[in-house]
Amino acid sequence: MNEQQQTLWDFMHQQSGKLAEQTIQHIGLTFISLCIAVLIGLPLGVFISRRQQFSGAILGVAGVLQTIPSIALLGFMIPVLGIGAKPAIAALLLYALLPIIRNTFTGITGVDAAVKEAAVAMGMSKWQVLKKVELPLAMPVIFAGIRTATVITVGVATLASYIAAGGLGEFIFGGISLNNTNMILAGAIPAALLAILFDFLLSRLQKLNLKKLKTATKILPLLLISLSSFYWIPSAYGSKLKAGFTPEFMGRRDGNLGLQSKYGLHIRTVVISDAVMYKAAYQKQLDVISGYSTDGRLRAYNLVTLKDDKGIFPPYYAAPIVRENSLKKFASLEKILNLLADKINDSTMTALNYQTDYLHQSPEKVAKDFLVSHKLWRPAQNGNEGVVRIGSKIFGEQYILANMYSMLIKGYSNYDVATKTGLGGTKICFDALTNDQIDLYPEYTGTGLLAILQPSVKVIDAVSTSSEATYNYVKDGFEKKYNIKWLAPIGFNNAYALMMRRQQAKKLNIKTISNLKRYLDNR
Amino acid sequence: MIKVENLSKYFGKVKAVQGISFEVEEHENLILLGTSGCGKTTTLKMINRLIEPTSGKIFIDGKNILEQQPEVLRRGIGYVLQNNGLFPHYTVSENIAIVPQLLKWDKKRIEKRIAELLEKLHLSKNHLQAYPSELSGGQQQRVGLARALVADPPVLLMDEPFGALDNVTRSKIQAEFKALDELKKKTIIMVTHDVQEAFELGDRICLMGKGEIIQNGTPSELLFKPKNDFVKEFLKEQRLLLEFKTITVKSLWHLLSNEEIKGRRPGILVDYKADLWTVLERATFFNAERLNMANLETKEIKTVSFETLMSAFYQYQKGHSHE
Repeated sequence: MNEQQQTLWDFMHQQSGKLAEQTIQHIGLTFISLCIAVLIGLPLGVFISRRQQFSGAILGVAGVLQTIPSIALLGFMIPVLGIGAKPAIAALLLYALLPIIRNTFTGITGVDAAVKEAAVAMGMSKWQVLKKVELPLAMPVIFAGIRTATVITVGVATLASYIAAGGLGEFIFGGISLNNTNMILAGAIPAALLAILFDFLLSRLQKLNLKKLKTATKILPLLLISLSSFYWIPSAYGSKLKAGFTPEFMGRRDGNLGLQSKYGLHIRTVVISDAVMYKAAYQKQLDVISGYSTDGRLRAYNLVTLKDDKGIFPPYYAAPIVRENSLKKFASLEKILNLLADKINDSTMTALNYQTDYLHQSPEKVAKDFLVSHKLWRPAQNGNEGVVRIGSKIFGEQYILANMYSMLIKGYSNYDVATKTGLGGTKICFDALTNDQIDLYPEYTGTGLLAILQPSVKVIDAVSTSSEATYNYVKDGFEKKYNIKWLAPIGFNNAYALMMRRQQAKKLNIKTISNLKRYLDNR
Repeated sequence: MIKVENLSKYFGKVKAVQGISFEVEEHENLILLGTSGCGKTTTLKMINRLIEPTSGKIFIDGKNILEQQPEVLRRGIGYVLQNNGLFPHYTVSENIAIVPQLLKWDKKRIEKRIAELLEKLHLSKNHLQAYPSELSGGQQQRVGLARALVADPPVLLMDEPFGALDNVTRSKIQAEFKALDELKKKTIIMVTHDVQEAFELGDRICLMGKGEIIQNGTPSELLFKPKNDFVKEFLKEQRLLLEFKTITVKSLWHLLSNEEIKGRRPGILVDYKADLWTVLERATFFNAERLNMANLETKEIKTVSFETLMSAFYQYQKGHSHE
């Protein structure tokens, strides 16, 4: 994008320590889960090959587990097992289970009946038949199952970073949020290579001939266990409080990097998804989190924001950003979108978010109620003069804003609206906009500055002191560089903030980030 | 040696075997003969408890096998399967060594015994380290037989042991089987659907149908004293051949009279106990005119022509079919 851009190699070189740690965590996570999955799946597979009346039920349950979206499965684990390695391993092993159980079952039931009969007829006990005949002959099929499970697990393990279990997902999801392609690739390429490598190694093991198979069968458990131990190598630093930051926050100058350089704040940190972070703080699994100042869960979970007394978090005023071409195509669009300008302040937005995030009202209802109470709502005209495509990122506030814009456009014009909500992080949304997949989405001035324009440190320090300077800088920059226009700000400032539980903050007398730093240093 | 009493096996409502009883003498070779689904294999598998009987008793050497531990029982009974059932992941020598290892023989004893069997079964030592898939069908079946014989069990159960072989290999292995000393000391129960094989290898034949024993007797009893039409029908197609193979010179002795035969063609010496089929084969092979035979009991010697032998056969046949 600009001359500052480094090559992928530079990035990997620069971050080699982190990369090695994440890779080791990734391998560890994969193989701990795989190990347990084999320990559970193999006996289960043998069991259902003996009692075939249970095979339908057990394979069915394992199949259903496989179809649960991985991120949802991770979410289910949190109330039971908290955050960190335990729920990640549990979720991963559930994914690995199906191929292992099914292939063990298929392998054992596929052993030639005459061979089994001969084994029994020669006076082997059930255990001897299993150990000497069925398992060795089923081994190629069981191996194939373990291979499938390995590849699945390497892939799904990237999601473990959502719940503070580490792994290469930290780079991948950090990179998506930060619009940093090198960072994404630094996580994605090693993950893909790991999958290919392990699949290859296991395939070599699988193709050994019958004679060597006996040795291979002994090697496998050793290999699994030794690779599993990788996970416990890192993680050896501690502090009194535990912080959970999103992958995006971890890599940002106005995030963890700023906390370290400007405040000198060093705290034990895990990487965690925004979706579970607030609840983890509420459940006392985390003490400090990186949230958004208008997030509804702030209110729901009784958290307080710490004052940013050294001003490292630049302003994040929200405004719709629209393609210039779209503004020409839909003449009245700008006027309609600006109907929301200055209508929503911080506390209003927090309240709206609270309604969706905690009271579980639908974003449509919240959007409509707001528009009605501000006398902005008009019934839809069901127009057909073209379709405006609205995008949104994947969190509640953006859903509400997208819905409001949709209703306003339908009510005030003859345009129809297509919403493409839940477009992941900044990178995905912004790429959709520049590639003409959507016409507009709500963006924040700080994000535009730091994640998209990425000017030099000097410029950032200069413009992020005032909200107007930031707004003007991104407005100019976007127009010149991308032909995208920033419309009038909506009014609220959804800046980053550090948050703690109200009670704990009061007890420890922490009101500002400097307070937090002092508390951590005085141990 | 083996005594089966009122043995039944029901699979749900299907009556596979219904209250059958029979005995097998020591060193006797009993054939369970019948079409598929007649219950012969089920009967066989109940004797080593691969199938548990619904009711009835089985004694081997006077001991009720249903009261023995199945694994221990099976280690003392050799078992040969149609598709050999060799372990594909074991070498030939490992396959043969399975039962001795279960019986915890020491290594030397196992090796010695395997070498002994290899020679008897015409297998080469080079085969020992091969895997079953590298052997021909006939060789596989020999290894299967070696595996069953290795621990020298007094009883041998065979489930269509030659069923999967081609005709040429089958008759070769059947001939070897008949000549094998090891097998003469065994009490054998063999299942087959092949009538010829039953008549060739069996001391007695137990013809089964619909889970019951139709007739239990020697081959000539089945041929010449069939109990009912079922037995007659069953043997009808191959009757002549079976008769040639069943009737021996000995049984025709009283119908043969000494003759003076003048001719240039050679004479052959015929075994008194040989069946007519063998005599015919040899006579044709040597283009013989005179058949010289000696009665081992009376030391009487007779020389007859081929035609006399045949007419004696027809006479014998007639005499028996009137019964």
